[in-house]
Amino acid sequence: MDRLNIANRSVICLLQNMILVGISLFSLPALSAELPHFSSGKTFIYKDGESLYKATCQGCHMSKGEGASTGAGMYPALANNPKLAGAAYPIYIILHGRNGMPSFAKSMNDDQIAAVVGYIRTHMGNHYPDQVKPEDVKNSR
Amino acid sequence: MVCKVAGSAAMYPMMSTLGFASPSSYKGAAQLQGAPSNTNILILGAGIAGLVAAYELRKAGYKVKVLEYNHRAGGRAWTIRGGDEYVELGGAKQRCEFDKGQYFNPGPWRIPYDHHGILDYAKRFNVPLEPFIQINYNAYLHSRNAYGGKPQRYRHVHADYHGYTAEMLSKAVNKHQLDQPLTADDQEKLLDSLRKWGALDKQSNYQASALTSDRRGYEVSAGGGLMPLAVPSTPLKLQELLQSGLSKYLSIGDEQEFHSTIFQPVGGMDQIAQAIYREVADLVQFNAKVTKIEQDEHGVTVTYTNAQGTTATHQAKADWCLCTIPLSILSQIEMNVGSDMQNAIQAVPYESAFKIGLQFKRRFWEQDDHIYGGITYTDLPINRISYPAHGYGQPGKGVLLGAYIFGDLNAYEFTAMSPKERLQAALEQGASIHPQYQKEFETGISVGWHRVPFSNGCSGIWTEETRQQHYKNLCQIDGRIALAGEHASYLPAWQEGAVLSSLDAIQRMHALIKSKA
Repeated sequence: MDRLNIANRSVICLLQNMILVGISLFSLPALSAELPHFSSGKTFIYKDGESLYKATCQGCHMSKGEGASTGAGMYPALANNPKLAGAAYPIYIILHGRNGMPSFAKSMNDDQIAAVVGYIRTHMGNHYPDQVKPEDVKNSR
Repeated sequence: MVCKVAGSAAMYPMMSTLGFASPSSYKGAAQLQGAPSNTNILILGAGIAGLVAAYELRKAGYKVKVLEYNHRAGGRAWTIRGGDEYVELGGAKQRCEFDKGQYFNPGPWRIPYDHHGILDYAKRFNVPLEPFIQINYNAYLHSRNAYGGKPQRYRHVHADYHGYTAEMLSKAVNKHQLDQPLTADDQEKLLDSLRKWGALDKQSNYQASALTSDRRGYEVSAGGGLMPLAVPSTPLKLQELLQSGLSKYLSIGDEQEFHSTIFQPVGGMDQIAQAIYREVADLVQFNAKVTKIEQDEHGVTVTYTNAQGTTATHQAKADWCLCTIPLSILSQIEMNVGSDMQNAIQAVPYESAFKIGLQFKRRFWEQDDHIYGGITYTDLPINRISYPAHGYGQPGKGVLLGAYIFGDLNAYEFTAMSPKERLQAALEQGASIHPQYQKEFETGISVGWHRVPFSNGCSGIWTEETRQQHYKNLCQIDGRIALAGEHASYLPAWQEGAVLSSLDAIQRMHALIKSKA
């Protein structure tokens, strides 16, 4: 079960401590009207790069940006990835998709894409601190 | 009115182009006569498309071999049962703890009556079907922002929405607002039909009465003997109903693909694929991970490794190849086809989708809520709860579909979570519709399709533009290689798309082989 513990969200970390399958201890917190860890509408609700990464990119590129190589195909690792040296490449891929990867042009605005690109370029072993601007995204749409 | 009819007729070709409308053009069993002797065809993938091709091509006299990545047949036509283990990309491992007889379909889960191809394979191989319940008037419609978060019965929203609409339209007629398009006689006929359609009284009002309660249900139901007399129910208030937004769910069952009668195989959706597999089991090699597909003027060579981990490579050779590998995977495999097909393979992104199966100690939705099959819709991230359309009234446990989101932001968010987090979220949300969740929950298992190791996603996403630019190039035979699967059809994500695509591809390949013999 250790492999399941890859949660990072603060809300979720609290919930994780609850024992789900032990029925006698199982209890449900009141449902908040806002559901802070889920989006509603056409664009993701998160503003900062880390939250955006954890709600979307992490589904395929995984929690540490390690990607996946155990299936019939793969997902590329974002960790320690020299292709992220320039921001233009990840901006383009997020806007337009690539092969099986869908486009996020409609579900993230310019600020959000700039934020998530900024995040992956400065985390997970990547050190490219030059600022990513929303205008860079806008010009690449 | 005339405009509206013309408008919807004009919509249809466009919707077909996008693949939303889905009439099947199945023409009956494949007719493949005169296969040249000693001709080998290698099929990649043992999902619906690959299995159909294997069965039909061998029957026609071809020598067939199938390579499959998984250690089971069926591909996305997949059912999870107690004892099954599922390891998703990223390594999270779930073991299904459902009781015997309980199951969950993470992929396809219903078969429209006009999907003649997949239904014919069920019939030919004696797979019993049972009705799938799409519309249940006693299920709920729910919005977290309407009626204080309290779920409303479908029958209430349905009867009241139609009733008020009929009443308002009647008033417009009586105020002479429709004199322009309608004659006096048309107006009389319209008023009469609206009274019946909306359960209106003689004055064309929609209000609490036996008439309206026969539609939406009574406050106190009819009894026998000296039981209390029936009491009509009070309709929801018009403005609150409109503001709730719940009426948007009423049209889902109007889509042709959800019209009654719609089916499911008894015992799980994998039953049709498994029945075809039994016919061709001797042809199928499991655990084969394709790494390279190479053709020349003499034939096709496919390189593969053991999917369970060893690095040794193997080769399979054939005269022709039918490749049913999802494009999300195929786009990563080296294959020498022309740039037209290669560009098409790379032009189709794969959809996000999420499902979770939840086992409860008792069938409280039947026992407490009187819901037998069907679907509750909600604007919560879980999107819907579907009740099992089998085992009605049985004592003991039952499995609900606790979430199903297709192509939506919430599908990405659920997929990005760990199985534990997903379970917690689905239980939290579902409990606001069924408080019984809290006491009755036992165990659950979830599938986020972008984490599925054999498909990297749910199904191919086509747009009008990509259809225009790439669809034919994807389906054309390139040298000795043809592609098939739901991705090579106008019925994306449906098993019918895989069947029709496969039959079309093998018939074209057969004609080409004969022309060269």
